[in-house]
Formats: sequence, structure tokens, C-alpha cells
Amino acid sequence: MTHEPEVLKLTDIMAKFTDYIGKRLPKDVIKKQLELKQQESNPLAIKIYDAMADNQDKADKLNRPSCQDTGVIQYFINAGSSFPLLGELEGILGNATLIATQEGPLRHNAVETFEEQNTGTNTGSKIPWLDWEINPGCDSVTIDVYMAGGGCTLPGAATVLMPGEGYEGVAEFVMDAITARGINACPPLLVGVGVSTSAETAARLSKKALMRPVDSDSPIPNAAKMEQLLEEGLNEVGIGPQGLTGSASVMGVNIESSARHPSTIGVAISTGCWSHRRGKIKINADLSFEILSHEGVSL
Amino acid sequence: MKKILTVPIKDEDLEALNVGDIVYLTGIITTCRDVAHRRLIEHKRELPVDVRGGAIFHAGPIVRALPDDQFEMVSIGPTTSMRMEKFEKDFIAQTGVKLIVGKGGMGPDTVEACQEHKAVHAVFPGGCAVLAATMVEEIVAAEWRDLGMPETLWVNKVKEFGPLIISIDTKGNNIFTTNKKEFNERKKPILERIKKEVSFIK
Repeated sequence: MTHEPEVLKLTDIMAKFTDYIGKRLPKDVIKKQLELKQQESNPLAIKIYDAMADNQDKADKLNRPSCQDTGVIQYFINAGSSFPLLGELEGILGNATLIATQEGPLRHNAVETFEEQNTGTNTGSKIPWLDWEINPGCDSVTIDVYMAGGGCTLPGAATVLMPGEGYEGVAEFVMDAITARGINACPPLLVGVGVSTSAETAARLSKKALMRPVDSDSPIPNAAKMEQLLEEGLNEVGIGPQGLTGSASVMGVNIESSARHPSTIGVAISTGCWSHRRGKIKINADLSFEILSHEGVSL
Repeated sequence: MKKILTVPIKDEDLEALNVGDIVYLTGIITTCRDVAHRRLIEHKRELPVDVRGGAIFHAGPIVRALPDDQFEMVSIGPTTSMRMEKFEKDFIAQTGVKLIVGKGGMGPDTVEACQEHKAVHAVFPGGCAVLAATMVEEIVAAEWRDLGMPETLWVNKVKEFGPLIISIDTKGNNIFTTNKKEFNERKKPILERIKKEVSFIK
């Protein structure tokens, strides 16, 4: 090992950050839930918002995972091409997951497919899941950590529409999926939508959309318009917290897109539950770091 | 005034309850999910915990082992109850369970069994797992430990455990069936309106 002390240091940072985000929600999510509760008039929904806030308070004070389903660990990496530990990062994040699993503790959520054995470590074939983007010339790395729980992963879906179905078809796909399967995914949800060329490109973008803040807007005017229409439309459906009705169904709708083949419209959705456990950390070349998603963190 | 159910739960305790009511539980609640249901119904194995007049929780918790075969409940929240729909009707008939706690709705077979055997399904707010864990006074037993941490039958002593929102009552009502129908009705005109605004392909 050429960089052993640095590898150990970064492993420690990422293990502690992975553990941390399972216990405390990001600031955008906390803010949105306060707003939704203030807008709510259904007493049953208010009772549930109160239970949610009480739970987060207790999780913080007792230093425990706020939801028992600490998910499959996913890392979305925007890596500077000159980051000194670029080649070591995959190994570092695997070990960080192992350590966080013991320290958290996190629930054991990695089952080897076909062998159907729980590995008991939250690591396994291609797990933790890594998603890479390279940032040319940059020497820092920015990582989104995400705990993908089972309940909020279940509504996920992708399809490829014909151009004749248009963006009208995209709206229908999203509204149908959330109305039919959003209830069990612990609403109010964050809905990630990918609009792209094929099923898998749209699916990847739909998950990346969940890494954006809940109140963020797409920089593309028509996409931002569609985000707003879908958010307002889904809220009008009134699914409410836990599907027990209320003035909101979603915390937000985020759309990510790419260019597409003229003959296809790939569309996919991913959903994040109200307990949307993600965190964003920027690590510099000297391993100093800045946490962008949470306030007042000491690791 | 909190409405509290105490184990053993009697038929008359449940008959006055309606969907949407909020209750709390004092007594014993045992975690019981996918494989435990399958073992009882498909493999005809006797459940190692007697839940007659009692409560089960569709949940797979995080539990910390302590010395002397003791355990600490760290985090326990409900899992999706619908996964147990395939088995729950027979489960209720065979075990005499009175209260089923989980998340989201269940289907017509469970509704039928709740009506026939006087049982209810209730929702504990999903994701509120530390809140629930702090209401567990003690884990009094752990059965079928070969199933691993999430699937073990954890027998929990609880005090005023809730809020539990009644989603299936003893009269054949299912709050989620009603809600889903309403959501689908509301969706139609909203979608037509959105479609008119997104004709981006010209």
C-alpha cells in the first residue's frame, strides 16, 4: 500500500459519515417536513408528522438508526480525475460500509442473489453500489451516500415510450405509479424521474434525481415546469403521510434528463421515503472535508 | 383520553373500534413476518410463541445482543404488511391473534378473517423505529433465531405502544381500500389538466 495512512483516514471519515446519515435527516428534508406539517389540517396526518419529528429527535439523542431499515448502501461519486486516492476509493467505500454496519449498527441488508444468503455485512457482489462520474482536472471528490430502504425501493419502475405518447405519457407514468404504489413507500415521498433514451439510462437518472435537494428545480425550463406540475398534481391527490390522506403526497418531484433517440422516450421513477437518508460530503486532496447536506456535524 | 388495549385482548375490546381510530397497546407484541408466516401456514410448523388474544408486529428490527442471552431493542419499525396477505387469513384463524400491527394496507382475505374472528389491523407510522423501540420495556424471548435478526420472533413487553391507527376493523372496513379508490378518482382530472401543459413535442 502506497497511501496506507491516507486510506485509513478516508475509510474512517466515510464509515462515520455513512453511520451518521442513518441517524439524522439532511437539512432540506427536515425543513420541508416542517412546512408540510404546518400546511396540514387533517388531525390524523398531524399526529403522524408529530410522531416522525419525535422519532428523529429520539434517534439523534440516543444515537440510533432512525429507521430500522438502513437499506442497501449506495455511493454516488463525482470524482476529480486528480484526486489522489481515486484508485483506492472502491476498496475504501466497501470497508467504510463494513465498519458502519458494526458501529451503527446497521441492519444486515445484503442478500447474495441466487445463493439467497444474507452476507451479514452489508457488502456483497457489487454492494455497496457505486455510481461514478469523473470531473476532469479536479483534485477533490464529492460523494452522495444513500440508504436505499426496501419500502421506498419497491415502487421503482422504468419503461420506454413511443414518441407519440410524448411528455403526456411521461406524466401518466409518474402519476399512475405513485398513486398505485406510493402508499406503502412511506409518504410524503421524494419522487425522482429520469427522462432519457432507454430504460436503464432513465432508471439511473431517476435515482440521481433523488440526490438533489427536495426543493431544487431543474435548470431546464420545461423540465422545471413539469416538476412543478407533477408536484402540485400529486399533492392534490392527497395521499398524506403513510397513505392515510392529507394535504401533501410528496416532498418534491425532481427530474433528470439526457438527450434521447428520436424514436424513444425512456422514463423511470425512483422514490425516496419521508425518512430520506442521504448525505453529501466533499473531500479535498489533503483529506480535509466539508459536509454539504447536514448542519452542525462532528464526525 | 388515550384508548389503551391490554393483552389478552377480548372481542368486545375490538368491536367498538372503527377504521381511523387511534389506540395504544400494553402487554406483549411479537414480531412476525414473511418466513414465520410461511413456516406456520405452508410448512405446518407450530408457532413457538402463543399469540392467542395477543398482538403481532410485521417488523424486522435492529437488536443488540447483551450478555447472558439478553437483548436490547435498538430500532423497530413496521414493514409492508401486504407481503403477509397471502398467509394472514389462515394465520388469524389458526393462532387466534387479535391485533396485527404493520404498515400500509392489507387485502380482502385479511379483512374477511378480521370480521370472522374479531381481529384488527393497525398502522404504526413507518420509519418511526426509535420511537417504537423506546416503548419496548424488555425483550422477554427470542424464538426461531435461525431466521436471523430481521425474521426472528422477538417477544416484546410494551407499555402504551402507539399510535396505532386502525386500518381494518371487525366490521369489514379497510381504510386503504377506501383511500385508494379516492386517490384514483382524484387523479383522473388532475392528469388530464397536466397533459394539456406538457405538449413539448410540436
